[in-house]
Amino acid sequence: MNSPFKLAHFTLVSALLLASWGTLATAAQPAKGKPATEAKTETAAAPAAQPQAAIAGSEANPFNRLMRVAPKRHLPPDKDGIHDPANDGTQMLQTPLESFGGLPKSQGDFGNGVDWVKALDGGKINPRWDRNDPKAKPVLMDLNIVREVKGSMPGVGFPHKQHTQWLDCSNCHPAIFLPQKGANQISMAAIMLGQKCGVCHGTVAFPVAECRRCHDKAKPVAAKTEAK
Amino acid sequence: MPSLIRRTLIGRMLFVGTLVLATAFVDTRPAMAEYGDVIMNNNSDAAGMRPAVFPHWFHRVRYSCKVCHADLGFKFKAGGNNIDMLKIMDGQYCGACHNGTIAWSVENCNLCHSGKPGTPTQVHESKSHELLNPAKPPVGKK
Ligand code: HEC
Ligand code: HEC
Ligand code: HEC
Ligand code: HEC
Ligand code: HEC
Ligand code: HEC
Repeated sequence: MNSPFKLAHFTLVSALLLASWGTLATAAQPAKGKPATEAKTETAAAPAAQPQAAIAGSEANPFNRLMRVAPKRHLPPDKDGIHDPANDGTQMLQTPLESFGGLPKSQGDFGNGVDWVKALDGGKINPRWDRNDPKAKPVLMDLNIVREVKGSMPGVGFPHKQHTQWLDCSNCHPAIFLPQKGANQISMAAIMLGQKCGVCHGTVAFPVAECRRCHDKAKPVAAKTEAK
Repeated sequence: MPSLIRRTLIGRMLFVGTLVLATAFVDTRPAMAEYGDVIMNNNSDAAGMRPAVFPHWFHRVRYSCKVCHADLGFKFKAGGNNIDMLKIMDGQYCGACHNGTIAWSVENCNLCHSGKPGTPTQVHESKSHELLNPAKPPVGKK
């Protein structure tokens, strides 16, 4: 995967260099549009890139300009870009989709695309609470902390129950959160930087894109406008 | 050679052909590793081993976070635990389970050391919807 890429890259760059040669002598090259973004930045100075855009006008206005279109998700290890396909061990690893097949899906294919809370509550998985004892059970704490949010966004409900199914109190208290209602400053900006709730949500637990799973407290104001 | 390309039709066609082929091969998409996969490469590359890859999704089906992050002392930081083979052999970190009793043992080097050489230490984040702030460069391409 890496060496064909390097080869193609080399060909592309040298082709673009040659193209600029050609442009110097004749008019615009009838070069094929849609250059890879990577090549574009690397050869931005090459004059060949400019007339191209003018000819193939639609190439300048792709429907999705910034959104990365449907990247393939949950690829098998030998195709996921981080495993070495040439390694014999890679071929023995499980494919995510094989594991996720029987598990409840989350809304939208974010993160693993699995609703781990439902998977656990529905008994689809049975993660051990103790390294050796398969029968050990967590001590659950059912305490919800509601945090109001200014503006239109629904408030945030933090359920201790769903967290103590997976985690120990010491995973959060006191390093990430002081155990006192309202004692912690939390903001979306901090979360996206990987702090506070963002330590886990955005790395292992469901990611930030699933707004509604945290912002699930309806506002009385919003309810009123809906009722009209 | 450049003059050939400029002057002859066949040169032009060949040139356009290469360009089309080249664009087709370039994969502009970032590597899509599974969400939560951690690559550990503090010392592996330097020691001539592939980086180690830890799949969270696979382990959380079998163990709660608490077992690793409270009982076994894994800190919440990719690469932040100074793991090495001596500790693993002595039953710490991965070695607490990969000991031939709970899970397959440590001589299966290539099941853990399965990363592409040169891949930096990182946790794969859900960046597919995050346009600004691409915190880390795409994996696999240097
Ligand atoms: C996933 C992280 C997390 C875990 C695990 C966790 N907590 Fe909390 N806890 C919080 C957050 C967040 C708050 C709210 C802090 C705030 O409002 O500033 C909180 C608040 C509290 C409070 C204050 C309640 C109040 O009304 O003032 C107590 C007490 C508490 N936790 C105890 C525990 C205990 C005991 C456990 C283990 C059984 C535990 N927590 C596990 C995140 C966690
Ligand atoms: C130490 C890790 C950790 C931290 C910190 C953390 N969470 Fe979680 N959270 C989890 C895990 C693990 C789950 C289980 C679901 C999953 O993995 O997708 C979860 C589940 C939830 C759920 C349950 C969703 C449902 O479908 O029932 C909510 C809501 C939630 N988290 C909100 C928060 C909020 C708000 C904060 C910050 C105040 C926070 N979490 C901090 C790990 C964490
Ligand atoms: C992991 C839980 C979680 C998720 C997911 C989440 N938020 Fe938040 N959000 C919070 C918490 C906690 C706060 C802080 C509440 C407070 O002020 O105490 C917050 C605050 C906010 C605020 C108020 C301004 C600020 O920065 O504090 C806005 C607006 C907001 N979130 C929007 C969003 C949107 C939009 C999404 C989806 C893209 C989202 N949030 C996803 C937990 C979450
Ligand atoms: C259970 C998973 C696992 C297995 C099996 C495993 N390793 Fe490792 N190994 C790791 C981790 C994790 C690291 C730390 C990676 C890093 O940060 O570079 C590591 C680091 C290393 C290092 C660099 C640090 C040091 O200790 O010198 C070498 C060399 C190494 N492993 C060789 C091996 C060899 C040889 C085998 C097979 C006999 C093996 N490993 C089996 C997980 C494993
Ligand atoms: C089998 C052991 C194991 C289990 C179970 C496990 N983890 Fe981890 N976790 C790790 C290892 C190993 C690392 C990487 C540490 C390193 O590189 O030194 C890690 C790293 C992390 C990080 C740091 C990522 C970063 O930003 O650098 C977070 C957050 C995390 N885990 C959360 C969780 C949550 C939440 C759960 C439960 C749903 C969980 N882990 C279950 C072993 C585990
Ligand atoms: C709490 C116990 C535990 C810890 C700690 C642990 N593992 Fe595992 N791991 C398991 C179990 C159980 C399996 C499944 C073994 C089997 O298939 O027989 C497994 C399987 C694996 C697999 C194979 C996944 C597949 O596709 O089959 C890899 C790779 C792996 N572990 C890497 C690691 C690395 C790297 C570490 C340390 C950073 C680690 N593990 C720490 C319990 C653990």
